[in-house]
Amino acid sequence: MIRFERVAKRYPNGREAISGVSFDVAGGEMVFLTGRSGAGKSTVLKLIALLERPTRGVVTVNGQSTGPLPARKIPAFRRGIGVVFQDHKLLADRPVFDNVALPLFVAGAPLREMDKRVRAALDQVGLLGKERLLPLELSIGEQQRVGIARAVITRPAVLIADEPTGNLDPELALEVMNVFRRFQEVGTTVMIATHDMHLVREFGKREIVLEGGHVRGVEDVQVPVVGAAAT
Amino acid sequence: MTGPGTWIARHAQAALGASGRLARAPLSTLFTIGVIGLALAMPLGLKLFVDNARAATGDFANAVDLSVYFKVGTPIEKVRQLAERARSRAGVASVTVIPADAALAEFRRYSGFGAALDAITDNPLPHVLGIRPRAGADSTAGLAKLKDYFASWPEVELVQMDIEWVHRFNAILEVLRRTLLVAVLVLAFGVLAVVGNTIRLEILNRRAEIEVTKLVGGSNAFVRRPFLYTGALYGLLGALLALAIVSAATTLLAPAVADLARAYGSGFQMLGTGGDDALRLLGGGTALGWIGAWAAAARHLRSIEPQA
Repeated sequence: MIRFERVAKRYPNGREAISGVSFDVAGGEMVFLTGRSGAGKSTVLKLIALLERPTRGVVTVNGQSTGPLPARKIPAFRRGIGVVFQDHKLLADRPVFDNVALPLFVAGAPLREMDKRVRAALDQVGLLGKERLLPLELSIGEQQRVGIARAVITRPAVLIADEPTGNLDPELALEVMNVFRRFQEVGTTVMIATHDMHLVREFGKREIVLEGGHVRGVEDVQVPVVGAAAT
Repeated sequence: MTGPGTWIARHAQAALGASGRLARAPLSTLFTIGVIGLALAMPLGLKLFVDNARAATGDFANAVDLSVYFKVGTPIEKVRQLAERARSRAGVASVTVIPADAALAEFRRYSGFGAALDAITDNPLPHVLGIRPRAGADSTAGLAKLKDYFASWPEVELVQMDIEWVHRFNAILEVLRRTLLVAVLVLAFGVLAVVGNTIRLEILNRRAEIEVTKLVGGSNAFVRRPFLYTGALYGLLGALLALAIVSAATTLLAPAVADLARAYGSGFQMLGTGGDDALRLLGGGTALGWIGAWAAAARHLRSIEPQA
């Protein structure tokens, strides 16, 4: 579902964020992308969401290679991917409903379907009943979950998240991770960049470790999931 | 996922969103609409002025009548006889005989020199034939030929033609019409600039929203649409304001113009803006707003790309 083949990304300032990165994520799989700050995690996610194009190598998402994709096809490509950001990127002046509905609007979904689907997405992240509130009236954890609801409302095949638990205390972080796992369980391919090693261990999913712009290793952690099972 | 109903719904939503946005910032909206309204009112007012000038003077602007003055002392029977001859001449539409007595009586009535005229025993005025050329024979060459023909009669003292004056008057109208054209071009550009700049600021203000919209797969057309509606709405409202300004000015001026016309013995009533012109203004204003917004959007939306 997500395939990197000897991918390098050099930014206009000359810095090579990643080079020779290859990995493969199967459809319906959930993987963690780990590594220190600056190891290239964000660059990998930007390449998947087509916020950047690879300088060398091939990035294939959802069966489409991002390198040669013409600019006018980028919007349709992005609609097939849900993205969750550490800073949520919610619109502060719009209520939760509008924020979550935005991808449906953009995709031209019929208005009569919108209400039902927004409620369903909010229900999935445990925020049903908060449609009319503004993002700033919610806690940080709730804002993050609004971001997740927005990312999944179009039922994308691929869901990627950049440090989705970075600002959360361990309990909230676990809660948010469980939300992601529920989507994986219904067939969504999920990739989460994080440096919360504790959480990664607890979930026992495959882990792609980046270091200095290279893949240091891919680990299949088979530890029984104690913490997650308890919730 | 998308059908015609959805397409209409999305456009309606963009239009509604644009109106709502304008309503939420009434002061800056009013200011922008005011500037556009004034810019559009100027050419509309000038157009109205030209139309009125043409209508008010229409009667004598086309009157390239010839006045044939007979020598004083020519008997009226001879004049009537010659009038018959004039009627049969090709290129003459109608002939009016104005006997000297009638001319004097009219002069006495209208000139205000009644008392002075009483002092004169002999009628100093000649008999006159008013000749109206047939349509088609009123070219400059045709008129000159007619003039020469009447001037060749031995009883005729003078043939006068108002053609010079008509030429001058038409030239003045032409200058005004071209001024109008230039004003339309200059002020249309002004409207484009005002709308373009307003939309540019709006785009920069909503940068975050545009980034997020593009991030979740919004196409350039989708992002652009509300701005185009905003621009068109500015243009439409500005045009409505221009109509209001000009019709208010017309209402204020109409009585004074009627008085002036009466002083010249004319029943002329000032013309208001016609339905055609109003529609043209509304359409033109809306189109200018749309184009201005399009230019700003093309220039600035492309540069806003989401950053993760």
